[in-house]
Amino acid sequence: MTVKEESQQQIDPNALTVVPLGHPWRLAAVVLVIVGVLLIVRSAIFNPNFQWPVVATYLFNPLIMNGLGQTISLTFIVMVLAIVGGTIAALMMLSPSKLLSIPAKAFVWLFRGAPALVQLVLWYNLSLVIKNFSLWVPGYGTVFSVSTNDVMTPMVAAVVALSLHESGYMAEIVRGGLKSVSPGQGEAAACLGMNPGLSLRRIILPQAMRMIIPPTGNETINLLKTTSLVSIIAVGDLLYSAQSIYARTFETMPLLLVVTFWYLAVVSVMSIGQYYLERYYSRDETRHQGGALAFAWRNVFRFRKNEVVA
Amino acid sequence: MNAVATHHNRFGIAPSTMVHAAGIRKSYGNLEVLKGVDLTVPVGSVACIIGPSGSGKSTFLRCINHLEEINGGLLLVDGDFVGYRLEGNKLHELPPSAICKRRAEIGMVFQQFNLFPHMTVLENLIEAPIRVRKEPIAKATARATALLQRVGLADKRDAFPKQLSGGQQQRVAIARALAMNPKVLLFDEPTSALDPELVGEVLEVMKDLAKEGITMIVVTHEIGFAREVADQLIFMDGGVVVESGHPREMIASPKSPRTKEFLARVL
Repeated sequence: MTVKEESQQQIDPNALTVVPLGHPWRLAAVVLVIVGVLLIVRSAIFNPNFQWPVVATYLFNPLIMNGLGQTISLTFIVMVLAIVGGTIAALMMLSPSKLLSIPAKAFVWLFRGAPALVQLVLWYNLSLVIKNFSLWVPGYGTVFSVSTNDVMTPMVAAVVALSLHESGYMAEIVRGGLKSVSPGQGEAAACLGMNPGLSLRRIILPQAMRMIIPPTGNETINLLKTTSLVSIIAVGDLLYSAQSIYARTFETMPLLLVVTFWYLAVVSVMSIGQYYLERYYSRDETRHQGGALAFAWRNVFRFRKNEVVA
Repeated sequence: MNAVATHHNRFGIAPSTMVHAAGIRKSYGNLEVLKGVDLTVPVGSVACIIGPSGSGKSTFLRCINHLEEINGGLLLVDGDFVGYRLEGNKLHELPPSAICKRRAEIGMVFQQFNLFPHMTVLENLIEAPIRVRKEPIAKATARATALLQRVGLADKRDAFPKQLSGGQQQRVAIARALAMNPKVLLFDEPTSALDPELVGEVLEVMKDLAKEGITMIVVTHEIGFAREVADQLIFMDGGVVVESGHPREMIASPKSPRTKEFLARVL
């Protein structure tokens, strides 16, 4: 009976307030994390072995700058070659002819499957199995011949190995992107008299881009870091330059911190570039509010699931 | 004009015929979808094709502009082959670029609209005239604007397809097809993907086109539209034309029992 009496209590809708659900464990976890971060920061600042002043002196060291330049240009060259190679492989994989699609699939299987480091060392040591590159025309003889050791410099080996490895990944990304475009789009283009090349360039690829750009951005960032592997075959990249300095001075930790700083700096710049590229290729989607940084910043202070901090 | 005239003479088909199909056969593997379809569509007339799903009507429509290759029969649009070149008694397959040139004269409107989502409405309309016909941008834009006016969407020229309703998208798709000045327009169930309240606006546009004398072949489920607009009604079932004739007469008194049964179900 009491229940019934209670339920008949008069409710004034304007006087109602909501008591939000507390999240005590989430709060405890946040406190724990903040304490942990403070401890790490404190150790980084007050432990003299980090040698921050040494880090500062080497940050813009010409040798380091040169290595950074090598790393960036290697990433750029490899990525351009991988996009071209990957696109060709993707188009071959989508070909109705098995004689084109099977070799392309084998290419992806081989170069994506073998570890980048192994491929680097393999290409660098190519002269062990192939002594010379020569062009021989029947009835004329050898047109030219070069020693493999002269061609396969560390830089060339790095470009070849990483391009092939990355092409394998790009092929899958491009193929996925092309397949994501509805077949009706190609038919509509064909019905307007567009030939297959024009249709691919103007209709299919721009739509596939929306699916291709985000993973390609991730791949480029991964590749930037993967290029540090080339230090093992003595290409003068960022890591190799740092190693060559600390091999003399034994300032191992500060130089690795310099290397870390530069990798993080370039990755951050790339991430911002990727944000704007993605926004461009989804320009028909809902308009984005504010810039990349503003968006990221707003999200940091989200504590509850569906709460949007204005 | 001379070349066109000789083509007509060569195949013995009247110059007033836009689409001539005789004994069209089409199979997917072992499944024969079209088992000898005959159809003649005169210039300036409207033909409506009706029939149950799986009757082959959409496949036949896609054969007309060579989206599907036929396995047998004679199919001529405006007096010539679309995908082939006749030499002696051999049909040589044309390269894609030549087929595209022929296809540009045959407009097509799809059930799913297939507008280019990454382009604005205006860009959708001027893309093919600029890239395929090499028209100057100003000229293509002027005509596109006029076409949008005609389908009642002049204010949407800078919108993206996603921002339009289904009916508006389909009207843009019709305008896009018209931008290439096609000799014949093919409609593949143009209102089947639309919400019922949006069907009317698309049919209105199509009725206007019919009045202007554009040759149209329409695969549709809209019997009312067929009765009002079509010059000939074609009922297809099981990969053949079961019955064809004047729409009003055919709907009032179908000769074949299969037509009678189908009409009883849809009317």
